[in-house]
Amino acid sequence: MTFLVTEDRAAKKTVIGRMVVGFAVVIIFLIPYGMMLIGSLKTQSEILAIPPKYLPQDGAQFSNYITMWDTPETPVPYNLISTIVIAVFATLLVLLVATPAAYYTARFKFPGKMVFMFLVIVTQMLQPAVLTAGLFKQMLAWNLNDTWLAMILINAAFNLAFAVWIMHSFFAGVPRSIDEAAQIDGAGKLRVLFTINLPLVWPGIVTAVIFTFVSCWNEFAASLVILSTAENQPLSVALTKFVGQYSTAWQYVFGVSIVAIVPVIVLFALIEKRLIGGLAAGAVK
Amino acid sequence: MSSVLPATNRARRTRRRGTDSQTFLSSLPWIGPALLLILAIVVFPAGYMIYNSTRKISSVGTDLESAGLENFVTIFQDPVLPRVLLNTVLWVVSVVVITVLLSLVLAQFLNKPFPGRTIVRMAVIVPWAASVVMTTTVFYYGLDPNYGIFNHFFVQLGLMDEGYGWTKNAVPAIAVSVVVAIFVSIPFTTYTLLAGLQAIPQETLEAARVDGAGRWKTYLLVIIPQLRSALAVSMLINIINVFNNLPILKVMTGSIPGNSADTLMTYIFKVLQFDRRLDLSSALSVVNFAIVLVIVAIYVKTVKPMQEI
Repeated sequence: MTFLVTEDRAAKKTVIGRMVVGFAVVIIFLIPYGMMLIGSLKTQSEILAIPPKYLPQDGAQFSNYITMWDTPETPVPYNLISTIVIAVFATLLVLLVATPAAYYTARFKFPGKMVFMFLVIVTQMLQPAVLTAGLFKQMLAWNLNDTWLAMILINAAFNLAFAVWIMHSFFAGVPRSIDEAAQIDGAGKLRVLFTINLPLVWPGIVTAVIFTFVSCWNEFAASLVILSTAENQPLSVALTKFVGQYSTAWQYVFGVSIVAIVPVIVLFALIEKRLIGGLAAGAVK
Repeated sequence: MSSVLPATNRARRTRRRGTDSQTFLSSLPWIGPALLLILAIVVFPAGYMIYNSTRKISSVGTDLESAGLENFVTIFQDPVLPRVLLNTVLWVVSVVVITVLLSLVLAQFLNKPFPGRTIVRMAVIVPWAASVVMTTTVFYYGLDPNYGIFNHFFVQLGLMDEGYGWTKNAVPAIAVSVVVAIFVSIPFTTYTLLAGLQAIPQETLEAARVDGAGRWKTYLLVIIPQLRSALAVSMLINIINVFNNLPILKVMTGSIPGNSADTLMTYIFKVLQFDRRLDLSSALSVVNFAIVLVIVAIYVKTVKPMQEI
């Protein structure tokens, strides 16, 4: 019956067993990223050595983190800037359009609300890859092909649904009587949203912002087709250019990857607890 | 006073009906921008893609003339399509089934109390936050037959005599792609199931224990039925994500010539990027989109997300 025992009744052996299994799980999930980190500190000849060595033999090459910005494969600094610009502006756009929509749909009834929420749910299940052929032709027709603006709009549109959904559930959790009291005092809807609701739902907004940002940061499929100029491409697309070469500078691929991955892992860790709540509502994917 | 009275009346009415009714026009400033963005960047390209699938389009993207259903005839007569569809089915089924089974185990484990559990949970979300392209490149590098660290490790363990070119042929390349896809899908799936597990009332487990149900019986008859909704969410979203996944196969199988390792999604992107056939890739995308919509319909029907509104 160990299956059902609660903490106080768990035998010491069981707890140690769980810790051992837990340690193994940590190792399995971190191994690829550990390989990335160690690989980013090797010299080019070490990382292509046959047979390979697990650790750098000539000491850790921290200088890779300086030299990796200048490689013939792709203009890495520009790619980093593209990634940041696209992710930041797409997230701002999402925040700007999703917050009022989430508040309004959580608070009020209006004709067409169900149609709107249905659109949101369907959008949430889609991703840019599904519509890339259409988006590519559309951006050609709109003269937005190969621009940051195209990717800002695409990332915002496809992440909007999640943000509306999660913020909707947070707004719905604020007792309506609080709003009503403020309205009786003569406050307009906008003021009620800003002064009463936003301070109460900020965890929901932070969750929406971080999740959207990470998702835009990692977007690949649509950027691959729509951004053709090397300088415009985000890191996710740029790094694939190293793969399949005769002698890939893996240490640079991994160095850039570490720089790109660490910030989003930290952000994601901040909302880890809130994700569970969102997942229960079927809002996260 | 006169201005307060209608407000209180409305408040009373609201309490009874649950929400405050508004006209569509007055809702527009609030939902309009979001609606516009969805219509312009999701609904419009979907319609445009369907339209383009019936056109003949030049390699630089100029619309030339109507093609009727010619593009669909071309793609369905394409000799590579059966292989591509078979790969797609194998890819989706193997990744989703194994991911859900492993995640059930992992979620059950992460729901038990032990010191350091938070650290384990944090480690599990790393592949979720990290770029799938970047995660895949590490696997690709590790599986190189000559300098790959995974290969070297397998040889040292005595599992193999020499490094194997996992990413050089279709079948092993898809197999290792499946492993990577499972690796990056487990975090979301585990967290969804964990959320489901945490929603199970402790009393039902106690009741099962009092009734003398064994560990497996409790799991199959008490826990699994209550996980139904979380299972449905995680399976359907995984099916959509895996079905539409591009980066893993693009990195892992990208250097394999021909279409023997392609799924529908990687094939669409090859036709779009390398053949520069916008018309044919639109037709293929329409088929892909139709399949996605069927899954979305199943999602709406079984998970019933509209009920929460």
